[in-house]
Amino acid sequence: MGKTLFDKVWDKHVVDSIPNGPQILYIDKHLIHEVTSPQAFSVLEERNIPLFRPKKIVATADHNTPTVNQHLPIKDLLSRNQLDQLTKNCTQNNIELYGLGHENNGIIHVIAPELGVTQPGMTMVCGDSHTSTHGAFGTIAFGIGTSQVAQVFASQCLLLDKPKSMRISVNRKLQKGVSPKDVVLYIIAKLGTDAGTGHFIEFSGDVFESMTMEGRMTVCNMSIEMGARGGMIAPDQTTYNYINGRDFAPKDIDFDKKVVEWNSLKTDVDAVFDTEYNFDATDISPMITYGTNPGMGIKISENIPDRNSESFEKSLAYMGFKKGESLIGKEINYVFLGSCTNSRIEDFRVAANYIKGKQKADNINAWLVPGSQRVAKQIKEEGLDEIFVEAGFELRQPGCSACLAMNDDKIPEGEYCVSTSNRNFEGRQGQGAKTLLASPLVAAVTAVEGKIIDITKHLN
Amino acid sequence: MEKFTIVQSRAIPLAIENIDTDQIIPARFLKATDRKGFGNNVFRDWRFDKEGSLNVGFALNDTKYSGEILVTGHNFGCGSSREHAAWAIGDYGFKVVVSSFFADIFKGNALNNGLLPVEVTPVFLKQLLDAITTNPEAEIKVDLKTQTITLLETGESESFEINDYKKTCLLNGYDDIDYLLNQKEKIEQFEQQNA
Repeated sequence: MGKTLFDKVWDKHVVDSIPNGPQILYIDKHLIHEVTSPQAFSVLEERNIPLFRPKKIVATADHNTPTVNQHLPIKDLLSRNQLDQLTKNCTQNNIELYGLGHENNGIIHVIAPELGVTQPGMTMVCGDSHTSTHGAFGTIAFGIGTSQVAQVFASQCLLLDKPKSMRISVNRKLQKGVSPKDVVLYIIAKLGTDAGTGHFIEFSGDVFESMTMEGRMTVCNMSIEMGARGGMIAPDQTTYNYINGRDFAPKDIDFDKKVVEWNSLKTDVDAVFDTEYNFDATDISPMITYGTNPGMGIKISENIPDRNSESFEKSLAYMGFKKGESLIGKEINYVFLGSCTNSRIEDFRVAANYIKGKQKADNINAWLVPGSQRVAKQIKEEGLDEIFVEAGFELRQPGCSACLAMNDDKIPEGEYCVSTSNRNFEGRQGQGAKTLLASPLVAAVTAVEGKIIDITKHLN
Repeated sequence: MEKFTIVQSRAIPLAIENIDTDQIIPARFLKATDRKGFGNNVFRDWRFDKEGSLNVGFALNDTKYSGEILVTGHNFGCGSSREHAAWAIGDYGFKVVVSSFFADIFKGNALNNGLLPVEVTPVFLKQLLDAITTNPEAEIKVDLKTQTITLLETGESESFEINDYKKTCLLNGYDDIDYLLNQKEKIEQFEQQNA
């Protein structure tokens, strides 16, 4: 029987297997940030364990950083302490840190790919569930808890049961205005937030083959929102073109050799998956969520479904929506364009392209937060910043920002926010804040209109 | 890590589905750099209203319920990988979480902290929830050695899955680092072969 892309990468990284127990999996790259690493460093200190492979770690500050005045000292003492701890831990352990203000700083899942750290066939982990993003490169990448961060620090390995495999194929061509975010929101709405639990997903078919790397990252990023540890897409010429020339990418003849190796990673024709789903790209429309988990999504033109369940009703009560109603015409006061899901250059291009020559609605507070310093720089180089400023928007500095609202970027209580991030959980963007997940295009349209409109009617 | 053998206790029912780790411990409490004290803020925005007063209708605040076992709805612990969620539940005093389905990362985090996730069938979950809500004094016994969970008042019981390795770890109080550090030679060999 043939092997899947996932099997090939996984099996190559197994150091040993425990009878009736987990396998020891070797980790090629370990990404860390300020929030989930300090307690892992403490474990090493308490138990007097040296850090095993510091050169395999890349660190950044992203979750708890301000998105304005990054050059000034951080006011919140707990936040400042958390960042100081990261700096101290990285210095003491010889770990490369792209801290606040560094030209490589940004959201960990944005910077690792753009620096060429993320490469096909690798195993990558980070104390963050959206590590699944890197699967876009044909990488086994997944989020881990802090105890596991300590395990990787100590041994560069993890003890894991091999997950099951799932393939989600989407074939034929997407309609105009339908973006990668809509594709993944559609899949999660169809399958539910627990469908992927215990699995690694391979996304395959026409739609993913013709997607840019930015789009593939958006899709793999949200694999965790259907419960999967990670999602993967087979590496191809699009992948190689993206990686070639980046800071940490192999160079010249080494790169060519790697491409030969990466080409062999594709799922074999006779490989069998534990679970398979197929979707038709022409069924997918621009999406929006109406509830408090990412599976509660509808086509923007559809009405909220009518379901009888206590959890469903609790969710609608929190959102202030009724069963069967449409979201079209709902006034929205906040728009967030950012997060590890949608803060790459392509996302800002889509938004700028729509916004050009229009004006921000008066009622809208829009936070545009690039995923990294490099994305911010490119926005300037391409002149997108001028489009945003002329339309009444302001660009902030890079970070996770209002995706999880650890810093001051909190949506006020009771307010709706159309957000390009990944989670619409209760209070995720601030206590009492109500999140509607959508694509960068829907976010841009909402920011101009000040309310939700059926963009499918306006696409031409 | 503390050893885990048997927990026999009353239980607190939380029959909500898809409870995510943002509800278990909101992000604004993740600024701490140690592992202690997260229990104070477990389910913070459900336990307290916006003014900081106790929300008396919430199960954890309901004085008729108590115990070291939390019985919850399907897909518990979904969302963020924050281990702070497992720390918060453990720090609050729970030793066992029962559900019909757990999210992967939460389950792993719980096991790494001696907090036992017990996965039962939806039918048995409903029996447990009904039993606790009808009689909050009802006790549940969770025996890791025999891998059984029993509702003591009726004797109804179910077995639960856990892999042999994790079971041995919990029964003896070992953690994965102990094991991995003993494998250094094999790991270095693997590195040389794949260099």
